[in-house]
Amino acid sequence: MELIHLFPLLEITDTAMRFIGASFAMGLGSFAPALAIGLLVGKAMEALGRNPEAQPVIQTNMILGIAFAEAIAIYALVVAVMIGFVF
Amino acid sequence: MRRFKGLAIGLAVLILVLAGFLFLRSPKPIIELKAETVFSIGPFNVTNTYITSWIVIIFISLFAYAATRRMSLVPRGIQNLFEAIIEAIYNLVINSAGEKHGRRFFPVVATIFLYVAMCNWFGLLPLFATVGKVEEISAQSQAFHEKGVVIHEVAGLNVIMPAADDVELPKTVTLPDAKVEDVSADSSVEVKQLAIDEATRDLNLGKDKKIGVLVPFLRSVNTDLNSPLALAVWSAIFVEFWGISAYGFFRYGSKFFNFGRLLRGKILDGFIDAFVGIMEFVAEAARLVSFTFRLFGNILAGEILFLVVIFLVPLVFLQFVYFMELFVGAIQAFIFAMLTLVFGIIAVSAPHGEAEGH
Repeated sequence: MELIHLFPLLEITDTAMRFIGASFAMGLGSFAPALAIGLLVGKAMEALGRNPEAQPVIQTNMILGIAFAEAIAIYALVVAVMIGFVF
Repeated sequence: MRRFKGLAIGLAVLILVLAGFLFLRSPKPIIELKAETVFSIGPFNVTNTYITSWIVIIFISLFAYAATRRMSLVPRGIQNLFEAIIEAIYNLVINSAGEKHGRRFFPVVATIFLYVAMCNWFGLLPLFATVGKVEEISAQSQAFHEKGVVIHEVAGLNVIMPAADDVELPKTVTLPDAKVEDVSADSSVEVKQLAIDEATRDLNLGKDKKIGVLVPFLRSVNTDLNSPLALAVWSAIFVEFWGISAYGFFRYGSKFFNFGRLLRGKILDGFIDAFVGIMEFVAEAARLVSFTFRLFGNILAGEILFLVVIFLVPLVFLQFVYFMELFVGAIQAFIFAMLTLVFGIIAVSAPHGEAEGH
């Protein structure tokens, strides 16, 4: 258990540092994608309300857009899992 | 009586949750990113995801064969099911890409969709990630794992019991002559034995208990990074192929390597064109990465979620995770296929700035 010396009088084990890193990676990294998905679905709902007949087109494109936004959160997850379990 | 029925159901669920929490929790999950090798044929390591991918391929082939064996104009049975699926995907492709290009895109897009959907759903079947061989952590064995679980031997089979103890080998050991050594795969036998003794000091390992790690025989295909990467590479190859076959090599390549105006002498416009071309190239490469990690991350996250939920509260909350995984598996397959289609459409449609100046 290797102690890392952070500030004067603060020592922390490397495992604890790893867990802190993993949780920060996932937590901060999912903030923006969540916002993006919320905005996207909101706009899709607006469009759907204006033109309910175009529902398949709107829905398909909405799912596509959500996939792009979610991919960013998935990158953060992969980094968090790598920090937590691989390194 | 209706009031009591709701109450009874709620009570039954609560009892199930408590029973699962108290008696049926698995030991701490050991999450392995790399796909484990089950056996090797010469220099080729057969991993558990490879076995699963072949099972999926054989399943889809048998399904297609059964559907087209005695084809009739009015479909019935399996042919009906297959036709419904194919027709749905075909309409999607044709509505997006038009008749001419759609017929060319359709086989690739449909294959990607069916293969990825089946792969993801196969990962939810009962035998996956639970049945396998046990690699024992002992000082003599070649296989080295840092974390393990206590495995009981029940009637000749090695079984991981619920709430078994988990074992983590220490990172360093101090030898009798006060030297501190790292414990890793190429440590000596004494160092490994010392590490194992230190880790298992508080557990009483009798004759029928040993520490080891479960190597499952079957594992969901897209949890191995190689599989989504292979699919993404093929998707990129096909998209470029469609672009080149629609426009010819140089005209399609001029989307990326747009040095015409630069060489003709217009410096600023030329640099802008060249820069835009290089950005397009970088975007293509970034798409490879994003395709891979989207599919890999989603499916891996599902598997980790399963393991963690089984560790925390099995029996009832697992159903919700299961439903989400079914949904996510299908959605990710759909997204991969649709993105391939969309990028194919972009590749065969007229590039920017084609109209001006010609």
